[in-house]
Amino acid sequence: MTQAGTAVAATAPSAPADRLPRRRGVELFLIVLAVLLPVCGYCAVGLARNGAVPPGAAGYGAGLGVLALVAHIAVRLRAPYADPLLLPIAVLLNGLGLVLIYRLDLETPGDEAAPAQLVWSTLGVGLFILVVLVLRDHRWLQRYAYLGVASALALLTMPILFPAVNGARIWIRVGELSIQPGEFAKVLLAVFFAAYLAANRGALAYSGRRVWRLQLPTGRVLGPVVTVWLLSVCVLVLERDLGTSLLFFGLFVVMLYVATGRIGWIAVGVLLATAGAVAVGSLEPHVHSRFEEWLHPFASIEAGQGPGQVAQSLFSFAAGGVTGTGLGLGHSILVGFAVKSDFILATAGEELGLAGLSAVFLLYALFVERGYRAGLALRDPFGRLLATGLASLMALQVFVIAGGVTGLIPLTGLAMPFLAQGGSSVVTNWTIVALLIRVSHVARRDYDGTVAP
Amino acid sequence: MTRCIRHAAAFCVLLLVALLVNIAWLQVLQSPTYGGNPANRRPAIARYQQPRGEILVGGRPVTGSKDTREQLRFERTYTDGPLYAPVTGFASQLYGTTLLEYSEDAVLSGSDPMLAGFGLWRGVAGGRSPGGNVVTTIDPAAQRAAFEGLGGRKGAVAAIEPTSGRILALVSTPSYDPSLLSGNRPAVSAVWARLNEDPERPMLNRAVRQTYPPGSTFKVVTAAAALDAGVVQDLDEPTDSPDPYLLPGTNTWLYNEADGCANASLRHAFEWSCNTVFAKLGVDVGVRGMRAAAEGFGFNDKKVRIPFSVSPSTFDTRVDRAQLALSSIGQYNTRATPLQMAMVAAAVANGGQARSPYLVERTTRQNGGTVSTAGSRPARQVMLPATAARLKELMTDVVTEGTGGNAAIPGATVGGKTGTAQHGLGNAGTPYAWFVSWAQGDDDVEPRVAVAVVVEDASARRGDISGGGTAAPIAKAVMETVLHAPPAG
Repeated sequence: MTQAGTAVAATAPSAPADRLPRRRGVELFLIVLAVLLPVCGYCAVGLARNGAVPPGAAGYGAGLGVLALVAHIAVRLRAPYADPLLLPIAVLLNGLGLVLIYRLDLETPGDEAAPAQLVWSTLGVGLFILVVLVLRDHRWLQRYAYLGVASALALLTMPILFPAVNGARIWIRVGELSIQPGEFAKVLLAVFFAAYLAANRGALAYSGRRVWRLQLPTGRVLGPVVTVWLLSVCVLVLERDLGTSLLFFGLFVVMLYVATGRIGWIAVGVLLATAGAVAVGSLEPHVHSRFEEWLHPFASIEAGQGPGQVAQSLFSFAAGGVTGTGLGLGHSILVGFAVKSDFILATAGEELGLAGLSAVFLLYALFVERGYRAGLALRDPFGRLLATGLASLMALQVFVIAGGVTGLIPLTGLAMPFLAQGGSSVVTNWTIVALLIRVSHVARRDYDGTVAP
Repeated sequence: MTRCIRHAAAFCVLLLVALLVNIAWLQVLQSPTYGGNPANRRPAIARYQQPRGEILVGGRPVTGSKDTREQLRFERTYTDGPLYAPVTGFASQLYGTTLLEYSEDAVLSGSDPMLAGFGLWRGVAGGRSPGGNVVTTIDPAAQRAAFEGLGGRKGAVAAIEPTSGRILALVSTPSYDPSLLSGNRPAVSAVWARLNEDPERPMLNRAVRQTYPPGSTFKVVTAAAALDAGVVQDLDEPTDSPDPYLLPGTNTWLYNEADGCANASLRHAFEWSCNTVFAKLGVDVGVRGMRAAAEGFGFNDKKVRIPFSVSPSTFDTRVDRAQLALSSIGQYNTRATPLQMAMVAAAVANGGQARSPYLVERTTRQNGGTVSTAGSRPARQVMLPATAARLKELMTDVVTEGTGGNAAIPGATVGGKTGTAQHGLGNAGTPYAWFVSWAQGDDDVEPRVAVAVVVEDASARRGDISGGGTAAPIAKAVMETVLHAPPAG
C-alpha cells in the first residue's frame, strides 16, 4: 500500500490503488437524515392519534441524534475509513423500531416498551462505541475464539435453569430485567466459526478421505467445529428456540462453504437440516403446531376459534396495501401477543404499506451487501470470514423472521434486527455493526483495487 | 474465497427477492380477499371508529354517541330510548342494527357514497365520510302523547299526516331502551337474552311489525267498497240485512253486540257497528270488489317500506262466501298493522287519496347539506271522492253520536271508527281494542292527522275492552297534540 496522492490513483487506475476516500461527511449527512426520518414518524404517530405533535418529540429527536452523533464521532476517531452506510442504516432502523414500539405502546397503556427499548438502544450504542474504540485490530478476536465459544455455550445453557416463558426456555430473569443470552451467543459463535475455519481451511478443503465425489475432512479437523455446532443446536432444540437453531445452522453451512468452497457441504447441510426439521416437526408438538399454522393459517377461523397469530399478521399486511394506512392508523394490535417483538413487521407492513416495507427490506439488504463488500476487500481469511459471517447472520435473521410473519416459511421466534422490542437483540446487533465498522475500516484502508469495495 | 462470498451474496439476493415477491403478493393481490375475511375485525373497527350520525325528531337528535376509547370506539346512546325505539331501532356492536338504524345505516355510518362531496376524492383518500343525519317526520309531542296514552298497557299507535303520508307518531308498548344493547360488554348479552325471553316482547314493533285482526275498524274498508260498487246508494236507506245473519252456505249465525241492526241503514250500521250489515255488504260486493278496495288501501302489499319494512296486512282473497262475510268485518284471515289502519283513516280523510307513509323527511351530511329528501310521493285514488266524502260523514257521526264519543275534540272535526277484535281459538283471547280516526281543525283547510290505536290489554276485564272506551282517548290525545301544534312548513 502506497501513500501516494490522489492524482496518481486518478491517472493510473490499473496500478495498485490508494486507500478509498474516508466519506465521513457522507456518513454524517446520512445520519442526520436517519435521525430526522424517525422523528417525522414519531410526530406522524402523534398527529394521527391525538392531532398534536407528541410532547416528547424534541427530546426523542435529541436523544436519538446525540446517540448517533457520539457513535459517528467514535467512528471518525478510530475507524475513519469505515463504510459510511453501515452506521446510518443501523440508526435509521433502530429509530424506526422505536417509533413502531412507541406507536404500539399507545394501544397497550400500562405496558410500555419504548422507554426500555431506548435504554437498551443507548446501551447498544455504548457497546458499539466501546468496540470501535477498544478493538484496534479485529484479528485480536482470533486469539480469544475458544474463550468466546466457551462463553457462548455457557450463555446458551443458562436459560435451562430458568422457567420457560411462552413455550420457550430462552430467557434469564434477574428482577425486572430479562435477558436472552442466545442473542449474545450469535456473535461469539460467528467469531469462533471464522477463527476456526480460517485456521483450518486448508486441512478442511484438501485433507481426508474421498467418499464418492465428496472429499470428507478428517475427524480431527472437523471435530471441534461440528461438536460446537451440534451442541448449540441441541441446546436450542431443548429450549425450543427454533429460530436461533435455524440461524446457527444456516450460519454454519454458509461459513463452511465460504471457507472451503465445497458445494458438497451445502448438500450435506441441507440434507441434515431437512432430516432434523422433519424429525423435530413430527415429534415436538410446539413445532408441529407452527408447521400446521403455516400450511393452514385460516384453519382456526374455519374451526370457529377465530384467527390465529399468523392469520392476524397476514390480515395486517393485506390491510396495509401498497401505501399503508399511515403510522398510528393501523390495527396490527389485533395480532396480540408478541406484536412488539416477533410480529413488529406486521405493524410496519400495515402502516407503511408495501412501499415502506420494501424500503425496510432494502435497507437490510444494503447493510448485508456492505458487510459482504468488506469481506471481499479484506485480505486476511479471518476478517473475510468474520465479515461474511456477520453479514449472513443479519440476512438470515431478517429472512427467517420476515418470512415467518408473512407466511413464506413456518414461523420461528426471532427478533427483527433493530426493529423489534428486545434488549439483548438490540445490544447484539449494535455489536455486529461495530465489528463490521471495524473490519470495513481495515478493508477500505488497505484497499488494493483487486475487488470493488 | 472471493467466489464463495459472491455466492453467499447471491443467495441473500434470492432470499430478498423471495421476501419482496411474497409481500407484493400479500399486500396487493391478497389485500381485498383478506380484507373481506369475516374473521378480520378491521371493517368493524373502521365502522365504530367515528361517531354515528344522528336521528333527529322535531329538529333534535334522539341519538348520541359515547366514546369508549376501546377498540370498537363509539357506542350508540339514546335519549328517551323507550319512547323512540319503534322508530330508531337499535345499533348494537354485538347484534347489528334494526329499523331506521338498519335501513339508514349507510348514511348514519358514513359509508354512503352520496355523503362525500367529491366521490373521486373519497376513492383516493379511501376513508369514510363522517356519519350523516336522518331527519324523521315524527312529531315529538304526538309521539309522547301516544306513549303516555298507552301507559303501561300492551299496544301500539300509528299516526300519519293524511295529505303527505308523513308518519307523525309510531309507538309500541311495552318498549325497551336500545342503549342497553349498544356496546359489547357481557351486560349487553344479558340484556339481549332478557329482552328476547320477555313474554311481553318489548322489542316487537307492534305499530308496523305486528298484525292484528282489525275487527270493526275494517268496516271503513267494507263501506268504501260498498259505496264505490254502488251496492249502497243512500246512506240512510235500509240495507235489507237480517239480524242475526246466516253466514251463506253454513248453519252459523252471526249476531250483533248493538241493537237495531236488522235492516239498518249504512249510517246506523256504521255508527253502531252492526256486524250483520257489513258481513252482508261484503258478500254483496263480492270477493273481487272487496279485494280491490282492501288492496287499494295497502292490504296484501308485501313491499311497504317506510324505509324499513312493514309487515304486510292481509285480506284473504281465496275465500268462500261465509269466509268473505267474516273477512268483511275484519275477522277470519283479515289482519292489519296499526300503520295500515292509520293509512285507511288517512285515505278517507284525504278525499280518497292514499299516500305512501314515510318516516324519513331527509338525510343530511354532518354539516347540514342535504343528501336526499323524501320528495313528494305519488297519490293513489283508492275510492271515489264522493265515497270519501260520505265516509267522512259516517266517521264523524261515529264520534258525534256513536261509539267513538271519547275522541271528540272541541273546535275540530273528528271522524273515527271503533273496533273490538276477537281472536284466539274460539275467540277465547282477550279482544283487542281498536280505534281509527282522523281530525281536522275548524280553521284547517286539510285534515291534519289520522291515527290508529290498538290496545291488547290482557289485564283488563273483558267487558271493559272496547275501542271507544280504551283506545279512543289515546287517539284523541294524539290528535289534539297535532292540532294544537302549528302546521309544519
